[in-house]
Parts: sequence; C-alpha cells; structure tokens
Amino acid sequence: MRPLKIVVLAKQVPQTRNVGADAMTPDGTVNRSKLSTIFNPDDLHALELALNIKDRVKGTEVIILTMGPKRAADIIREGYYRGADKGIMISDMRFGGADTLATSYTLVKGIQKLAPFDLILGGRQAIDGDTAQVGPQCADKLKIPQVTYVEEIIEIKDKEIIVRRRLEKGVETVSSPFPCLMTVHGSSKACRSRHAKKVMKYKYARTKTELKSKNTEEVLLSLHEKRPYLTIPEWNVEDIEADVDKIGLSGSPTKVKSVESIVLTAKEAKKLDGTDADIEMMIKELIEQHTIG
Amino acid sequence: MKSVFVYCEVENQKVAEISQELLSAGKRLAQKLGCPLEAMIFGKDLSEIKSQIAPYGVDKLFVADDERLEPYRTLPHAALANEILKKEDPQIVLFGATSIGRDLAPRIASVLNCGLTADCTILDIGDHFVKKEKKEYKDLLYAIRPAFGGSIMANIINWDMHPQMATVREGVMKKEIFDDSYVTEVVNIKVDEIVKEEDFVVKIIERHIEDSGVNLKEAPIIVAGGYGVGSKENFQHLQDLADLLGGEVGGSRAAVDAGFIDHNRQIGQTGTTVRPKLYIAAGISGAIQHRAGMQDASLIISINNDPEAPINKIADYVINGDLGEVVPKMIKYYKKNAK
Repeated sequence: MRPLKIVVLAKQVPQTRNVGADAMTPDGTVNRSKLSTIFNPDDLHALELALNIKDRVKGTEVIILTMGPKRAADIIREGYYRGADKGIMISDMRFGGADTLATSYTLVKGIQKLAPFDLILGGRQAIDGDTAQVGPQCADKLKIPQVTYVEEIIEIKDKEIIVRRRLEKGVETVSSPFPCLMTVHGSSKACRSRHAKKVMKYKYARTKTELKSKNTEEVLLSLHEKRPYLTIPEWNVEDIEADVDKIGLSGSPTKVKSVESIVLTAKEAKKLDGTDADIEMMIKELIEQHTIG
Repeated sequence: MKSVFVYCEVENQKVAEISQELLSAGKRLAQKLGCPLEAMIFGKDLSEIKSQIAPYGVDKLFVADDERLEPYRTLPHAALANEILKKEDPQIVLFGATSIGRDLAPRIASVLNCGLTADCTILDIGDHFVKKEKKEYKDLLYAIRPAFGGSIMANIINWDMHPQMATVREGVMKKEIFDDSYVTEVVNIKVDEIVKEEDFVVKIIERHIEDSGVNLKEAPIIVAGGYGVGSKENFQHLQDLADLLGGEVGGSRAAVDAGFIDHNRQIGQTGTTVRPKLYIAAGISGAIQHRAGMQDASLIISINNDPEAPINKIADYVINGDLGEVVPKMIKYYKKNAK
C-alpha cells in the first residue's frame, strides 16, 4: 500500500456548553473573550481517523490545517501532541467574520497549496454553529467526491477507500476513489490521548506571531532557530493567494440582521414543593383533565 | 422567475415527512410573496409521485426518474439540482436538515455561491435596509434560528447573493394540505443529459436502514431528562414513569452528550421537535435550543432544584425539588389514583 497524504481540517471553538452569565455583553452581543476555547469535538474524531490510517499505512503523512485567530495555534499544538506530522495556521484579520461559504473558500486555497493530497478529513460539524456545511463546500470547490458522517474505515486500497457511514436511521457502506473528502461522525472512535514524548517535543511549538509577542524569552527564539520544526507555518491572504472579495465578511452571503435576547414571560405556573400532598394534588388534576390516565 | 423551491426526499416511492412539511412551509412563503411554489424530486419509479406532492400547492414539479438516483448519492443529485436551480433561478430554496439535506445543500450553495442557513426554526419574509448602499431590499427570506449557546435568536438574511437557502429539521414546520385537487405541472428531466458517468464514482456497497423504534414525534406523553438527571441509572426512573404513563423518554443535548441517553432520543433544535399533550422536563435547565423543540407541548411540568431554571418560565407546573424523590412520588400517586 502506498503512503497517503491526509489533511485534517480542525477548528477552535468556544466552549458553548457551559455558557456563563458573563458570556453576553449588556447590549446582547457575544463576549468571546469570556469564553474558554476547545478543539472542536468532531474534528478530534477526524484526527483520530487520520491517525488510524497512519497506523495502518506506513509512511502516511497527517497535516492539520486550521483557520482562526492567533490563539487557534493551540489546535496545532494539540494535534502535534496526539500524533500529527505537520500543522499549518491560516490566520489574517481579513479572514474574520467569515460564514461557511467564505470559510470553505479560504480553506480550499490553503489545501490547494498542499496539493497533491489523497484525503481531506474534517469533523461532521462544529459545536458553535452545528451547520455541517464547510466539509461539503470544500469538496465542491476541490471538485472531488465527498463522503459525510463517516464512522469507521473498512478497507484502504491503492485507489479507493471503503468506509461505513452513520445515517439518521441506519448505516451505509460506501467506496470512494482518492482523492476525496470525508466528514467524520461523533459516533466514530474517540481520539487517542496526548503522547508524553510528543508533548515534550512540541510544547515549545509557536507561530511567528506568537514569537513576536513582547513576553517571548530569548531562549525560546534560539530554540526555534535550532529546531525549525517548532515554528508553526502561518499563512495570510497573500500566502494562499486568496481573492479578498471572497473571504471574511465581504465573501459571506449570510448576514445577521438582528439578534434578540430571549426574554421569557413567565406563564401562570403552579409552583409546588415536591411534598407528597403537592404531587398527589397535581397527579389528580392531570387525571381529571384527561392529560394522563 | 421569482419562486420558492423545495428539494423533496423520496424512498420507495414515498415522499419523506420532512419534505411534506417543507412544501407546506414553502407554500406559506410563496403566498406571502405572491409567487409560485416549485419542487424537485429525484429517485426511481416516480411515475405516480405527483399525487403525493400536488396537494401541497406545488405549481411546478421537476422529476428525475432513474434507478441510479436511489438510494441518494451526493454527486448525481447535486448535478441535477444545480442544473434545475440555475435555470429556474428561484428566490428561496429549502432543504430538510436530514442526513441527505445536510449533505446536499452545502454542496449546492458552494456551486451557486449563495448563503445557506442551517436548522432554522422560523421562516418569514421581510425587508432590510442596507445602510452602506442606502437601499432597501424588499421581500427577503428571514431565516431565524437559535444561536450561540441558546441565549439569542438570530435572524439571518442574504440580500446580494441569490438564492437564499435554508435547512429545517423534521417536525419544526407544520404539515398542511393546501388543495387536494391542485393542478401541478410536471417537468420530466432527461437524466443522461445532466448527470455524467463520473458522478457515480462513489458506490454504495451495503445499506442497513433500521427503524429505530423510537417515535418521539407521535408520543402523547414525553418524560425528558437533562444533565441534572446525573447518570444513566437515574434515567431508569424516568423510563419507569414514561412506561407507566404510556409515553416515551427523551433527553436534552447535554444528557445525550453525557451519554445518559441515546442520541436518537434527543429533543431540541438539533434533535427532534415534539408537540405532546404532556411534557415532563426533569433536570433540564431549558436552553433555547431545547425549548425550540418542545415549547408547543400542551402542558409542561418542570422538575428542577434550581428555581431560576429558564424552563420554569414556560412550565405549567414547576416542582422545586430533587427529581430522585419527586419522580418516585409521581409514580406512587399515579398508581394510587388512576383507574
């Protein structure tokens, strides 16, 4: 079996599950700085799938690609710790405000710089929008087939890959020729944990932008000179030769017209204290109304 | 032509439930705009399919009937949809937020270079004034959905890159027959003129579609648990109550993520939308994504030890207490009082 070249698309997302009261500013906009960030869960599944292929097919290269602000370099480091061979950041203020269409355009410009490739992997969806759109949009722009909701790899051959997909009401086994794009379902195998040796090797990995920060110590700079693999490549608009009209806000057809904070007007609820008398009264009322019984 | 377009899913000559709901929602939008409703359907043995679609008030139906189009595969369906949409140039296109719709719609949005809003809970028509252009855009699609951890509802619009596309989950829109004898024009698509051999490169080797047996949508009573239930074992109490009342058990996304309950029982914006006569929410705080999927229940009981839980605001009975004690009591007093 020939070695494969795999690009894993990963996103850093705000941890939206445990949103505190301070996550919203008084005017109803999102206060992103108050939110912790995580590696998008489905993308970690995609990374595992890629590493699984690397385990099976000797010499396979796994490249992790992310678009995001400076702090998204955490995603690359996390990818290194778990076994990725290479990581690349696409980062530029001008990419900000992108919807899925502009995001897929930008990622594809980055992917094309890495061509030729065999497989593009990404999570099924990101928890900050749940749209599941970027994968199929990238596949279209790359003019390659897509296989969504992949749960498990059945077989890897020289020219094609056979996988099982998880659908709403069942499963489907399909084959696709290389190159193709696959989105990975959360029901697939969870990502392996960090590898201690890899954490040691890559904990000082930084982007150039991070190194430019005032607090960077001299030793770190000289370490990066000695070990060039520690410097995470960072691509801006010019590096990927992106058309500025197709990126960021101007490349995004969908716009937010308005957001409304949800103000709930309380119903006339009956408030009970869980005592035996309360519960029995409620049950009797429900039976009388024929809601139950 | 200004029109509203719906992509219909079909399997074994039966139009999917979600597609019937979308046709109904599409008709309501078309009436507001005073424009036709159009639909497309791709599958096999579809010669009689019109009768299932016409009653929703469809003016024009595009049918592609070919063995190779069923079961669904991305590339041939995308090729057909792209061709039809480029020619018809509709203003609005709707897809189900299903395994199929979520696979197909973004691919088409990329080709047509247009916006796509996922998992909308409200669709409406309205205007928008663009300050930069000093211009008012009339009759845009308002694609409204909960966003960001559920604390806000966002109205997503798209005024400069058409069509405006949206996906909607099953059960969100109400299905209603428009006119049983509605006259629909059928256009039969010549598949071979549009779909190329290489569009079939992805091959389906095996397929198992099982009915999961879970039918939350039809259940008259739902006992749902949230993260507050605490464990898979504690969910058994909810199951006991549901069994006793003749209902089904459901869960919030947090409960599903925590592994307390299977994902096919998730209720909410990204799960199933339900309208039971009784909804018992146990240990569910009630983020808007969850409420979007259950707020039309006729009667809501909230059991929560947090008196400030948002779900209490839409509940008819608020029981402030520990669900480990309250649920067994409900079981006990139901057994005692039911005839």
